[in-house]
Amino acid sequence: MRVLSKKNIITLLLIVAVFAVVQVLISVKIINSFYEITLATICINIILAVSLNLVTGFTGQFSLGHAGFMSIGAYVCALISMNTDSTLGFIFGILAGAVAAAIVGVIIGIPTLRLKGDYLAIATLGMAEIIRVLFLNMEITNGAAGLSGIPRNTNWTWLFIFLMATIILINNFIRSSHGRACISIREDEIAAESMGVNTTKYKVMAFALGAFFAGIAGGLYASYFYFIKPNVFGFMKSVDVLVIVVLGGLGSISGSVIAAILLAVLTTFLQQFTEIRMIIYALLLVAIMLFRPQGLLGTKEITDMFKSNKNTEKIE
Amino acid sequence: MPLLSVERLTKSFGGLTAVSNVNMYIDKGELIGLIGPNGAGKTTLFNLLTGVYTPTTGSIKLDLNGNIKELGGIKPYDVTASGLARTFQNIRLFKDLTVLDNIRIAMHKNIGYKMPSALFRSNKFYEEEDRLKIEAEKLMDIFSLTHKKNELAKNLPYGEQRHLEIVRAMATKPVLLLLDEPAAGMNPNETAELTKTIAKIRKEFDLTVLLIEHDMSLVMKICERIYVLNYGMMIASGLPQEVRSNKKVIESYLGEDLSDASNKKS
Amino acid sequence: MEQFLQQMVNGISLGSIYALIALGYTMVYGIIKLINFAHGDVYMIGAYIGFAATTFAKLGFFPALIIAMLASAALGILIEKVAYKPLRNSTKIAVLITAIGMSFLLEYVMMFFVGAEVRSYPKVLSDASFNLGNVVINMQQIYIVVTAIVLMIILQYIINKTKIGKAMRAVSADKDAAQLMGIQVDTTISFTFAIGSALAGAGGVLVGIYYNSIDPLMGMMPGLKAFVAAVFGGIGSIPGAMIGGLSIGIMETLVSGYGNSMYRDAFVFAILIVILIIKPAGILGKNTKEKV
Repeated sequence: MRVLSKKNIITLLLIVAVFAVVQVLISVKIINSFYEITLATICINIILAVSLNLVTGFTGQFSLGHAGFMSIGAYVCALISMNTDSTLGFIFGILAGAVAAAIVGVIIGIPTLRLKGDYLAIATLGMAEIIRVLFLNMEITNGAAGLSGIPRNTNWTWLFIFLMATIILINNFIRSSHGRACISIREDEIAAESMGVNTTKYKVMAFALGAFFAGIAGGLYASYFYFIKPNVFGFMKSVDVLVIVVLGGLGSISGSVIAAILLAVLTTFLQQFTEIRMIIYALLLVAIMLFRPQGLLGTKEITDMFKSNKNTEKIE
Repeated sequence: MPLLSVERLTKSFGGLTAVSNVNMYIDKGELIGLIGPNGAGKTTLFNLLTGVYTPTTGSIKLDLNGNIKELGGIKPYDVTASGLARTFQNIRLFKDLTVLDNIRIAMHKNIGYKMPSALFRSNKFYEEEDRLKIEAEKLMDIFSLTHKKNELAKNLPYGEQRHLEIVRAMATKPVLLLLDEPAAGMNPNETAELTKTIAKIRKEFDLTVLLIEHDMSLVMKICERIYVLNYGMMIASGLPQEVRSNKKVIESYLGEDLSDASNKKS
Repeated sequence: MEQFLQQMVNGISLGSIYALIALGYTMVYGIIKLINFAHGDVYMIGAYIGFAATTFAKLGFFPALIIAMLASAALGILIEKVAYKPLRNSTKIAVLITAIGMSFLLEYVMMFFVGAEVRSYPKVLSDASFNLGNVVINMQQIYIVVTAIVLMIILQYIINKTKIGKAMRAVSADKDAAQLMGIQVDTTISFTFAIGSALAGAGGVLVGIYYNSIDPLMGMMPGLKAFVAAVFGGIGSIPGAMIGGLSIGIMETLVSGYGNSMYRDAFVFAILIVILIIKPAGILGKNTKEKV
């Protein structure tokens, strides 16, 4: 098993260490229940941002409807775990939600991904609105009031497991032949097609994979906050995720992680200034775009900064 | 039957007929030139052959050892999969990717693992990636690009960018290579270098080449047969010396003395 | 049949307002290829200015309309100069996020100053109504439609007959070439924002009067729908925006009238997606393909 290279094992140990440290901080209440909510928000937002980054940052397909896929995952997971309140039910709910979101992603992706740029953005926005209106009007989802009393099966352990799975799988995807095909679409769609890249197939693949992980984020959200309603997953939520991706850098996974943490810290800090919170957020958005439109990391990864240019192509 | 046969191919955009009733054939192993004044429809013909445009009427047939395939109207990536590869007149490399990645992307059709293998990093994934890299390096060696494999494509000098476009097209393992003005913007030294490269890849890869070119000296020197397009119509075809003395061709190139151009030392 | 005609009357009134907003989207998109998300909020601010002019300054409909249009025009120019101009050579996504940021900024700055509560417009127009058969038409609807038509005629005149209109068409066809021909591109873009915003401001006042309620987030949905209208008609095309606005208004009222009003918004977006897939350039737009 070449996946067990020295470098990968070290990475794995680092991941376990991060998990353990946070777990200890939670146990001794240095991270109190208030900060735990921030922590959960960070994990969920990272999953959303990394999955949107796959679609928008790496494949270059502009989506303003990510919250739509998140809502599918949230409702499916909520309904399943409300029927089967157990860890198994929860896991099944999350996966079923993710698969449902991916299926909807394929169904929506095939026709809309022929569109480009702004038009695709608007079409995905419209698609998310349609999903929201459907949830608003369905009986099983309890309309605008939403679902409450969803069993809370999520904790730091589950959040961390799903978070790491998302980052590792998406990272693996990008650094494969399939991922390179997606990146070539971002770089130059016509050239990609002429090099034998089936652009439709790879766009839909990226879109479905992105939707899958957005579905997982939705399931975790429903399970952690035990209350969901359609308006949580509106246009604003999609924009929030897009902002994280752009702030971190389109095409940078570590950028998305850092940006999600920064924004969560900022939001927590701004909570004391309820009235001007959104004004500051908006100003920040405009300021970042004016002064650093490529985001914090551009298309680079944080690990690129530690290694020389010579061995960047090495796959571990 | 020839490798590629184009019959009565026509493409109109609204009222404008960019390519009109074109017939041509390419035998296996040939090096064919396609010339014509600006706006004659050369690139449109290229785009028809490579699937970028759908023909209005007519057919494009590819014969792979008796296996005949119609290329007209299929998607560019299916055309490439059938064995045609192309370069672009106005270089379209993946500018922000490395030389190696540019080549690996073109090789993706011949990768032997599926998405789950990629996601979960099976041994198969590592084996195939290694193989891909070795093959890519072989290609880079031939074109002496190996020392630049980690350069971003946009940082290469102009001549090397043109080279990389050819390497990238070669990486799709074509039987027929289509070059769209490969010498455009090159100085005489670079053109001479390119001429050698084209000869080399033909020999090493047993390749058939169709080339659009403005540089008459290059076309006259290396092409075995030449087609001449003007106003979307094929006005002449034949051996270089036949084409050179063709009255219609001389008229369409009014002011450009073909025999003179071909005698110039490059 | 009468119900249908009644719905058509309502649809045309709503549609003319959408058309006014859609024109701004289309003009701005035509000239700098930007979906100006803040446009819906300019319309909201127009509505508030109209509200202030009629409530506090006790002005009548027409003075209030003109003040709202002038102020919105100024706001439009300001937004363009501050937020969009520095990004003119930036990536599409950066500009789009800036537009969304500006939209939030306008919404929440307004909320900070005027509060989140819904306000009701004073009665500046008579709400007399008359019957045509069994179809009821009220004076407000007539004012709305007539105002919209007059503004659109003025707009057509400006674009087709004046020098600045010619400059606008030139810049939207090819910015660089226009610059080389001595057209002041920056001034022309500012002017485009000014006109588009003025129309949105007028739309805001009309909506305030029609629905009798305004709030700081009122621009979001109508903004998006007006954008859908612009796409529907063919983005960049001015007659397209008018047709698109009217069509979306009419379809929306028909869905509310005959079906379930809860599905109204979903229907509008479904139309958008269908249009984008069947004819991405819209009804009157031209298809363009990237040159290879």
